[in-house]
Order: sequence, then C-alpha cells, then structure tokens
Amino acid sequence: MQDYRQEIGALTMRWVKRLSREKFSMLFTLVQPMLFWLIFFGNLFQRATDVQVVQAPNYISFLAAGVVVMTVLNNGLAGGVDLLFDKENGFLERLMSTPIHRSSVILSRFIFVMTITCLQVLVILGIAALFGVRPATGWLGIAIILLISVLFGVGLTAISMAMAFSVKSHGDFFSVLGFLSLPMIFLSSALVPLAAMPGWMQVLALFNPMTWAIDAVRPLILTGWTEALPKIGMVIVIMLVFDAICLYGSTRAFRRAMG
Amino acid sequence: MGQQTVAIEVSGLCKVFDGATAVDHLSFHVYNGEIFGLLGPNGAGKSTTLRMLITLLRPTGGRATIMGYDVEREPERVRATIGYVPQERALDRFLTGREHLLLLGDLYHLPKQEARRRIEEILTLVDLGAKADLPAKTYSGGMKRKLDIACGLLPNPSILFLDEPTLGLDVQSRLRIWDYIRRLKARGITIVMTTNYLDEADQLCDRIAIIDSGRIKALGSPSELKAGLGGDSLSLSIAPPSRARLDEFSTALKQLPQVRSVTTTSHGVEVRVESSEKSLQVVLETANRLGCQLDSIEYHRPRLDDVFIAHTGRAIKEEFPKPEEE
Repeated sequence: MQDYRQEIGALTMRWVKRLSREKFSMLFTLVQPMLFWLIFFGNLFQRATDVQVVQAPNYISFLAAGVVVMTVLNNGLAGGVDLLFDKENGFLERLMSTPIHRSSVILSRFIFVMTITCLQVLVILGIAALFGVRPATGWLGIAIILLISVLFGVGLTAISMAMAFSVKSHGDFFSVLGFLSLPMIFLSSALVPLAAMPGWMQVLALFNPMTWAIDAVRPLILTGWTEALPKIGMVIVIMLVFDAICLYGSTRAFRRAMG
Repeated sequence: MGQQTVAIEVSGLCKVFDGATAVDHLSFHVYNGEIFGLLGPNGAGKSTTLRMLITLLRPTGGRATIMGYDVEREPERVRATIGYVPQERALDRFLTGREHLLLLGDLYHLPKQEARRRIEEILTLVDLGAKADLPAKTYSGGMKRKLDIACGLLPNPSILFLDEPTLGLDVQSRLRIWDYIRRLKARGITIVMTTNYLDEADQLCDRIAIIDSGRIKALGSPSELKAGLGGDSLSLSIAPPSRARLDEFSTALKQLPQVRSVTTTSHGVEVRVESSEKSLQVVLETANRLGCQLDSIEYHRPRLDDVFIAHTGRAIKEEFPKPEEE
C-alpha cells in the first residue's frame, strides 16, 4: 500500500511537471478554447435565440452547462495523448519494466486529467459568474457539477487511453479524436434543448451520455434542486454504466498492448 | 571465469504473434557475471526474446527464470531484480536527468535518502553530474544513452538488460558505452544485450547466441565460435610451384598434429590450423626441411562475420532502417 502510494504519487507529479515545463501548453490549458465558446458563442447568439425555447433568462446562462460538459469532453478525449507519446518513444515500456502495479500509470493519468478538468470547470463557472450566471444551487451544486464531470471524464479518458494503446500512429489518434468530438457536441443538448431538436437528432442525442450530463448540470445552474435531483440520480446511473463499459474496453486494450 | 552459477535459464521459449512465429523454442542459459549477447539481424527475434525475459511480453510457450524467479508467475520479483535499458532513447524530454532517476527511485520503492545517494553515485559513474539538472531535450545522443543506462542501473540490478546499446551512436560514444559496460561487469553485474553489430559482440561479449528467424543458430564464446569454423587458415605459395614438391609438402603437413586440413592450389597450399600462432613455426620448419622456397605467407583468422555467414547462410548488414519487430 505504501509502495502503491509512492509510485502513483511520483507518476502523477510527473504529469504535473510536464505540464509546468510546457509554458504555452499550460497557458492554453487554463485559458482553453471552451472559454471562447462561452464568451463569444454565448453572447453572439443572445439575440438569435428564443428564451421560450431555451427556457433560460438568456442564452449564455443556458449555454454554461453545455460548455462545462464540453470542457469535460475535450479534456477526457485528449486525456490519453501523453500516454500515446510515452508508448511511441518507449518511455511507457521503461515504466512498465519497473516493479510497479500494472494499473499505476493509468491511475496516475486519471488523477491528473480529473484534477485539471475540475480546475477548468471551476474557471468556466467563474467566467460565467462574471457574465451574471450564478449556479442556483450554490456551492453544493458546484460540488455535484464536479462529481458529474469526474464521472463523465473517467469514461472519456478511458476511451482516449484505449485508443492510445490501440492505434498504429498518432495521426490515427488525432483524426479519430477530431471526428468524434464535433458530432458528440451537436448531437447533445449542449447548444439547444433536446425538445427543440429535429426528431432524428433527438433520438441520437438520447444515446449520447453527454446529453444526460448536460441535462443534470443545467438545472443545477439555472433552476434549483427540485428539478435537478431526479436528473442527478439518472445521470449517476448512466455514467456508472458508461464508465464500466469504457474501463472494461480500455483494460482490454492495455492488456493487449502490454502483452 | 567463475561460470558456475546460472543467472538466467531459458527453455523452449516461444512467441507467436498472430500466427507468425517470432521466437521458436529458444533454450539457453546465462551465467552469473558474464556479458551475454543475442546477435542477429533485425526481426530475428532478439528484442522479442529480451522483452519476454523482462516480463513485458508473455511467452506463448516454454519457460524462463531470472535468478530463480519465473517470468510468468513472479513478474514483480523479476522486475525488482533487473535493470532495463530500452532500444529507443526512452526519455521524457521535459524532465531533467535527475528527475528521471528520482521518478524511477519511487517506482522501485526506494526510500528518499537511499535514492538520492544512489543517484549521485550513478551520475558520477556515467559522467552526467554536470548536466543532471538540465532537461533531457538539451542532451546529445550520447548523453541520452548515458542517462538511459543510468536509469537501468538505478535499481542496483543483479542483471542488466540492454537492447541495442550503441545503435546509431558515433564511434567515440560507442567506445565509451563499451567501456561502461565492461565496468559494470567488473562490478559483478550480469549483462544481457542484443546487438546487430558483429564487432560489438566480438569485443564485448563473453558468450553470444546467434539468432536468426527465432532460432539459435550457434552459441558460445566468440573465440569458440570462430574456432568452430575450422580455425585459422594459412596460405603458403612456393617459388617454383612444381607438382611433386607441392604433393610432398602437403603430405608432410598432413602428418602434423596442429594441422586440420590441407588443400593444394596451383601456387601452393591452403592449411587449416587450430591457431596460426601455434602452428606457424612447425609449418615453416617443414617447408625448410623439404627445401621448399616460400614465396609468400598469408594468414587469415576467421571473423565473427564468417561465423555468422556460416550459420545463417547470409551476411549481416550493418546499417538498415529499424522496423518494429512486432
């Protein structure tokens, strides 16, 4: 147990050190593009949206929940990139030739990605607050938002790692990544509510776990506990199933890659 | 050499990737304290063998033990016993040399104090002390290799595995790496290395296994392997090459215990001997005794290249692109 903590601590700190050495990357990680979605998209579409349709005082307060979950999506899907580089240059093999627990490298990556994701979600909520969007459920609501983010993020990071372990080249990795993320966003309730979508898109969006995450985060920000609670219960069940499937897949990919 | 105790025992080891056999029933052992080389062209199965020994790949069949620990049943034990220096410069370019070693110190579960002490010692050993606090991206190829080796030494291993230790290095760096490897052997570390450089195997290894298409084609010390080809050859040409003379000379040479075989050529004779140093004297005496005027003498000692060609039926190429072995 002592050993396990020592190795996971050291591996997690390695990710932190890497990020802090890449000054630009760190800057762009904190001031991430998702922020621009909130600021520009949110304000730009203010007059083009019908408040009756979005059922929110303004578009930016409606969009906040979507941007929070989009942040989780982007972070999660990119979460395996560093492992991909480690695999390609042989560093992963070096790590795996030491007497560490098989899961330590992966676990350290989850801890790191989830921490960064939570920090970014807080930045998003902070910026949203500057535009007058304050979560209706207060600090406890924010804690629940972070919990949902982590639950969704774990599954996404697992998918990203599974891809990192299975792809032949990192070109493949990035093209799959680029292909996945936009439809995930448009086929969810991030930009418009489910009810306002064309029927066929609605159906597809229902199979997108992102929709469920957004629909739980949104009332936490916009309305309050009475509307939020049943959705939270629902999203937790869905996310646990989603995570279980993703973790199973990534464990298999990892086993295959590491013999 | 104190070759009594066995460090690594491999028997019937196999690895099949999607129906393609990469390693085909390998059996050999490595003695404590020796430098053992796996020599072969790329794709011969050397790296695959090495990766099974260090528990990164699961064997399809057969078994291997490292210091008595089974690679399949006790992988954690094996990993705690060995050091590994991968083929690629497997470094994190953003971490400094010291940070690499500190990270590995935690992965080998060393107490902080002990890790620091060892890191200082190893950095001095590989002459990296001055650059230890610069990020690895500023290192030259030779320095990266040194850091690689330093990482392999951190666990204070009884056995160090090196995968192509000097691949792509310039001549000076190669010689320096060879020097380190010899120093490690002097410290009592058993070394297993793969290489596709014949001179490296010849200069450095106590024993080598020549591997081709996943099988061992020959195994022994470089001098044994060379001797196995039939020893050195002496070519003597005689001034007036008369047939009678040559026949007489060759019959006389065949009587000598040092001589293995004699072939007559148009100008003289080709003599296969155990070793040219030991036989030259008697061969010359015989020539004198028979009154043969020698025109020229040449001797050729078989090189590892000859051994390689003899056992695999082809020459090893020195430089070629590195495809993935899997």
